[in-house]
Amino acid sequence: MNAPVPNAAPRDPTVEPAAGAMLTVRIRRDDGFQTFTLARRPAQTILDVVTAIQREQDPTLAYRFACRVGMCGSCAMMVNGRPRWTCRTRVAAVAEGDALTLEPLRNLPVVKDLAVDMEPFFTKWTAAHGAFEPGETPLGDFAVVAPDSPERRAVDAGIECINCGVCYAACDVVSWNPDYLGPAALNRAWTLINDVRDQGREARLDAVSGDAGCQSCHTHMSCTEHCPKALAPTFAIAGLKRETARTALRRFGARHFRRSA
Amino acid sequence: MSPLLYVAQRGTAVILAVAVAVHLGTILYAVRGGLTAGEILGRTQGNLAFLLFYGTFVVAAAIHAPIGLRSILREWTPWRGRSLDGAMLGVAALLVVLGLRAALAVYVA
Ligand code: HEM
Ligand code: SF4
Ligand code: SF4
Ligand code: FES
Repeated sequence: MNAPVPNAAPRDPTVEPAAGAMLTVRIRRDDGFQTFTLARRPAQTILDVVTAIQREQDPTLAYRFACRVGMCGSCAMMVNGRPRWTCRTRVAAVAEGDALTLEPLRNLPVVKDLAVDMEPFFTKWTAAHGAFEPGETPLGDFAVVAPDSPERRAVDAGIECINCGVCYAACDVVSWNPDYLGPAALNRAWTLINDVRDQGREARLDAVSGDAGCQSCHTHMSCTEHCPKALAPTFAIAGLKRETARTALRRFGARHFRRSA
Repeated sequence: MSPLLYVAQRGTAVILAVAVAVHLGTILYAVRGGLTAGEILGRTQGNLAFLLFYGTFVVAAAIHAPIGLRSILREWTPWRGRSLDGAMLGVAALLVVLGLRAALAVYVA
């Protein structure tokens, strides 16, 4: 599959279609592209289009959604070559003329038609130590975290991720290097590295290092460009590169230049 | 790549950025009035500062380039593992040998 195409100038999504305008939708299915035609409607989203096709034209069309308001992260797919939430994308903003091309999310195995298997995405989330680590003995007291401390700000910048996989689909390094943990998992790890209550720092820094880890990111910024939550995994990954480098140098120094106590 | 290779690649990139600028600047400055090969060799011969500068440049490039080449090969070919790492050490050695040989040749010429 092709890399995401350059950003098309966004069109005004409030411009309503002319009466009687029809939409031509090419959908990649298990046996190649299939074309559907349906009426354009005011304020129509991509998810509305797929749902209308499934209800009115072909009940075998498979796709996934749940909340339809940008909360659950389950509806993402490639829309005209770019990964997007279909529930929050207006047809008027992205259609090329009256044409749409819909494909399953890039970089993930297809289950059927437009539904992908998110398992590799979540496996990597776990591999990057994406779960809070309370430690053997939990902290004795509440951690007092100042809202404007640098750590808290770093967490705030990345905490709103809803695991939609859009960034993962946008990242070329994931397609070149299937082991690469990817922007979402690394972004998550960075929020936990900055969580002062977390006890799993050293192990997490190891988990996000190496050929599958943060050092493989080329700072292409595709993830940051496409994240519908306007998060910036690229900067989180840059933070991980700094922190892992600092820790590696410290360990190297301790091993070679300091006498062990 | 490991965090230490990362540090090595970014650290040598800083050296290279300075070295490339000095290298180009010197070329532009030196040939401004037109110089023969003989005149250039006359200035580099026995010049220890020249040798140290290009020695550092060569070693930095020999560390920097194979680390980057390794990333590219891992992304664009199925080559992985010890044979790849060994080959990259070979590239590093080749760059050191060829580069230092060239710098030394100009130094002693
Ligand atoms: C002005 C001097 C230089 C600077 C500042 C510089 C900087 C960098 C940086 C920051 C990267 C990492 C890119 C990434 O991870 O996306 C890189 C990669 C690389 N560099 Fe350099 N470099 C310089 C000179 C050189 C030279 C002289 C060579 C060859 C002899 C070289 C060969 C490479 C290779 C093969 C890569 C891998 C490409 C990649 O990872 O995308 N560089 N360089
Ligand atoms: S970082 Fe953004 S694009 Fe990536 S999974 Fe989270 S919300 Fe989606
Ligand atoms: S910045 Fe890094 S993680 Fe984000 S798309 Fe580029 S290579 Fe992938
Ligand atoms: S359906 Fe939940 S985010 Fe789109």
